[in-house]
Amino acid sequence: MMKYESQGIAKMYFIAAIGLFLGQILFGIIMGLQYVMGDFLFPEIPFNVARMVHTNLLIVWLLFGFMGSAYFLVPEEAERELYAPWLAKLMFWIFLVAGVLTILGYLLVPYAKLAEITMNDLLPTMGREFLEQPTITKIGIVIVVLAFIFNIGMTVLSGRKTVINLVLLTGLVGLAVFFLFSFYNPDNLVLDKYFWWFVVHLWVEGVWELIMASLLAYVLIKVTGVDREVIEKWLYLIVGMALISGLIGTGHHFFWIGTPDYWQWLGSIFSALEPIPFFMMTLFAFNVVNKRRRDHPNKAAVLWALGTGVMAFLGAGVWGFLHTLAPINFYTHGTQITAAHGHMAFYGAYVMVVLTMISYSMPIMRGQKAANERAQVFEMWSFWMMTVAMVFITLFLTGAGILQVYLQRYSENPESFMVVQDKVAMFYWMRELAGLVFLAGLLLYIYSFFAKGKEVEFVEE
Amino acid sequence: MRETFTKGMARNIYYGGGVFFFLVLIGLTVDTVKGLPATDNSENITEQVAAGKRLWEINDCIGCHSLLGEGAYFAPELGNVYTRFGESTEAIKAFIKYRPVDGVKGRRSMPQFNLTDEELEEIAQFLKYVDGIKTARNWPPNIQG
Repeated sequence: MMKYESQGIAKMYFIAAIGLFLGQILFGIIMGLQYVMGDFLFPEIPFNVARMVHTNLLIVWLLFGFMGSAYFLVPEEAERELYAPWLAKLMFWIFLVAGVLTILGYLLVPYAKLAEITMNDLLPTMGREFLEQPTITKIGIVIVVLAFIFNIGMTVLSGRKTVINLVLLTGLVGLAVFFLFSFYNPDNLVLDKYFWWFVVHLWVEGVWELIMASLLAYVLIKVTGVDREVIEKWLYLIVGMALISGLIGTGHHFFWIGTPDYWQWLGSIFSALEPIPFFMMTLFAFNVVNKRRRDHPNKAAVLWALGTGVMAFLGAGVWGFLHTLAPINFYTHGTQITAAHGHMAFYGAYVMVVLTMISYSMPIMRGQKAANERAQVFEMWSFWMMTVAMVFITLFLTGAGILQVYLQRYSENPESFMVVQDKVAMFYWMRELAGLVFLAGLLLYIYSFFAKGKEVEFVEE
Repeated sequence: MRETFTKGMARNIYYGGGVFFFLVLIGLTVDTVKGLPATDNSENITEQVAAGKRLWEINDCIGCHSLLGEGAYFAPELGNVYTRFGESTEAIKAFIKYRPVDGVKGRRSMPQFNLTDEELEEIAQFLKYVDGIKTARNWPPNIQG
């Protein structure tokens, strides 16, 4: 059972997150098909619109997931009710309505029309990758996130201050602060790109890692019963390494955009260190689970936690390292190699950590310590289907990318972009098949919440 | 590790390392921004170019194309399209202008954005300006982008 009633607010956030996740994957399938059947849904849903929906839904649902996770774990860590539960509920609806309206805006009117309706001219921020939201939506995001941080911050500061809560809070404050760079959009493209990365890189290779590591640490304490002191030391070291490597690691985005040459050295060296915190997370998860003091009945949550460690290291760490050194990145920059890395990194790090939190907390919010055995079996099957599918999506995109780099960039007679795209189409077909397996895994995951079965037995602590 | 390496030390690495490298990033950012005029082709940012950048944005061109390698990978790189099209803004304008409304059967096709002649000129001037940005090692590796 929940220790604090207000933890239950997380449930609505998680349900919304899963719903939007499904939408994200459906649009991913559409885009995957457009890669090989170029006129699919054209001109009704052009590729760029499908892509906006795909990436923006990802960002929004992960934010829902982070917020839900914070609402669940912060009261328990702080040993008090949430500061203002009503505010958390209000912000949920504001965020959901704003998010859904924005997505509908992308789908129902041409993007230029949406810019006109939302008066983009007053403060032009639209039309940059991942930051496509109308300015008014961005302002809404700021309001929602500030209200969220206020709520969480007041709870943390007036309660027990655990390392998990403090690291999570610094991560969330960083998330809010760096998002403000999305309002800076100079005419100078180099400046625009440089500070665009202050949102994108400093989120996913900076402060989001703080959020991720603290969520993982929380679940690991809960499911293993390992001493908090041990876990907190790991947590500090992991997030310390994340910042030490990741802050100057931003430089791996400053190789070829008109910025000084010294970034090739700084970016290569520091981003080569970026896999370290992810590798530490893998070690951390396995170490702590091996040293467990109890066998938690929620086996699915343990599986997700271990999976997060492994897949984040593979996707963010290994696949990031593959193309992060400047001499290699010279050839791979902006190819399917980047797409391969992006998919596995987002899935392995952020999707999986949110699903880990959901897996651990959802049964508790539904009045059980763990889901019934059958539901857990379905959930673990969905884990394997989605994870293996994502490995194959990544491998196929990597295959496409290597060929693309060779044919278009490296060979003696470079061929044009579209000619090369035709030549690697087989990889895109296989990626699409893997995407369908992922979708099937996600549907099974959703079904697992409704599966009936024998309740798990456990010894009350 | 338990005895010699304390939680306090781990905490100091986190806060100390985080603050230190954040300050380094700020310092490098100041240096980068100061040095940009040497490479960023900002002397050629005219009102037309600025308007072109806005058009680039409000039509979400980055949702299919990459620009200096960033964006989507569904359509060709445009950071060097001015060079690739024989340094002709006319060729760029013609390409955008004559996209078929209903696409090309079975193939990827750029949407018809119904831009005015003035807007076409703006977007072409923007792409010409981007082509003039001096990227390290003159990226992309070759004319194909």
